[in-house]
Amino acid sequence: MPHRLRWAVPYLFLLPGGLWLLAFFAVPMLVMGSVSLMEGSLSTGYRLTGNVGIYPEALGRWAPQFLRTIGYALAVTALTLAIGYPMAYTIAFRGGRHKSLLLLLVILPFFTSFLIRTLSWKLILADNGFVLGSLKDWGLLEEGFRLIATPVAVIGGLTYNFLPFMVLPVYVALEKVDVRLVEAATDLYASRTQAFLRVTLPLSMPGVFAGSLLTFIPAVGDFINAEILGSRDTTMIGNVIQRLFLQNNDYPQAAALGFVLMAAVLVMVAVYARAAGGERLTQG
Amino acid sequence: MTAPAIPVGRELAAPVPERRRPIGRRAAALLLPGYTALAVAYLFLPIVVMIAFSFNDPGGRQNITWQGFTLENYVDVWRRPDITGPMLNSVVVALVSTLLATALGTLIAMALVRYEFRARGTLNLLIFLPMATPEIILGASLLSMWVSLGVQRDITTIAIAHVMFNISYVVVTVRARLSGFDRRLEEAAMDLGASEWVTFRKVTLPLIFPGILAAALLAFALSIDDYVITSFVAGRTVTFPLWVFGVSRIGVPPEVNVLGTLIFLLAFVFIAVQIWIGRRELRARPADA
Repeated sequence: MPHRLRWAVPYLFLLPGGLWLLAFFAVPMLVMGSVSLMEGSLSTGYRLTGNVGIYPEALGRWAPQFLRTIGYALAVTALTLAIGYPMAYTIAFRGGRHKSLLLLLVILPFFTSFLIRTLSWKLILADNGFVLGSLKDWGLLEEGFRLIATPVAVIGGLTYNFLPFMVLPVYVALEKVDVRLVEAATDLYASRTQAFLRVTLPLSMPGVFAGSLLTFIPAVGDFINAEILGSRDTTMIGNVIQRLFLQNNDYPQAAALGFVLMAAVLVMVAVYARAAGGERLTQG
Repeated sequence: MTAPAIPVGRELAAPVPERRRPIGRRAAALLLPGYTALAVAYLFLPIVVMIAFSFNDPGGRQNITWQGFTLENYVDVWRRPDITGPMLNSVVVALVSTLLATALGTLIAMALVRYEFRARGTLNLLIFLPMATPEIILGASLLSMWVSLGVQRDITTIAIAHVMFNISYVVVTVRARLSGFDRRLEEAAMDLGASEWVTFRKVTLPLIFPGILAAALLAFALSIDDYVITSFVAGRTVTFPLWVFGVSRIGVPPEVNVLGTLIFLLAFVFIAVQIWIGRRELRARPADA
């Protein structure tokens, strides 16, 4: 290659993939924005009318689902943290030689299909399945007790499915903690609890932040768990968007809801980037 | 506890001499491993159930209560075109999107690591954002575009979408491998008269190949399991996850558990082999360990 054209090399490398992302990620996002401002129906066709009123209208109409989704996603984040942090801590500090093996053990269940895992939970939580059915037969539960189709099942399913997104970043952060700092703290007469609260926990916060974001975002957008494990009373915003798009063909309203969800996620990412430093975020 | 506590490595930095622990303390020491063991059991519960019910013989009934052991499902699954058809679609989409995304993503990763250029920040954002966007938004926005353009959705639009969401993961995975890369190895090859292309083929590629392979495997796994995005861009085409979701409304046949079990087994064997190779390499050159 002639030397004059050397500056072009990185651009040639970037071009195909960059264009792909531009054409099938960035442009569709803009199209979705413009679709939200259209009016019409599938049969008469849609026309861009700049109908900004769709936003307050859609938000007002689906406010309960939006609030429920945020509530569920917060609960899921808290639960994955409660389950995942001690796991990551145990693997990082007590794992010894078996650290990577233990870590693999944590990820292994997630090599099965997301759907099949969730369907498996449906089987476990079923009203007269082998778990609740047996407990009812033994008289340990009353006949009317149910888990499936309740918020417990939906939040439980989401927690299960997104747990690795919490465990892995927290583990990476804990793994980096210099044990000598903790020892220094205990040498200086800090109790184990104090050493944890004042040294280990603050040092692991970047992992907790990253894990919370990685759990919260997919949980907010998910509709599979609510669809398989929930009922009409546990409908999340993802279910609404999916139904409006694929069944009702109400594209403007669906696009408006999608755009609001995207904006909410972007705000959270921006806040996180502020807290953690943007370079670290985008550079992985 | 007579060894001097020299604080050099994690292994050598012995803690303060252990005092005799009271019983409460000893119970507390078991708390954390116990909790973790419980959590791991929780993680494996649905997998165990999935495997168990792949051997169930529901005999026409819904596959939700245990009726009896059978191996029939493992034979039957291959005789059902309603399952093998979608499975084939999924494999085709996964293979095509993996190949394309791995090629495009590796090129971007190489450009990011080894060249200085403008628009780097914008590009980093363009790569990061698809991973931070909820899948439903990726699917919905693509659907918006296809509908606006009047494009029929089929297996091609599925593959396009899968390449899109896979590129970012490939970039991140390959970049992680490249950033520890020793540029002097390439310079040495060039000093010895190798052309740029030969250097790339004989030095660069073999060194980053494990990273590319890992990225490709990740892309394949993400593609073959994707339901959410696919459901928006599939049109009438049915992939395996779409098929599973479709039948889950009526009742899941044991064949779904069979395929789930086989996929799990495949992943398990793959990981086991990886660990085995890793251990052997470690033993072969203990000085590096």
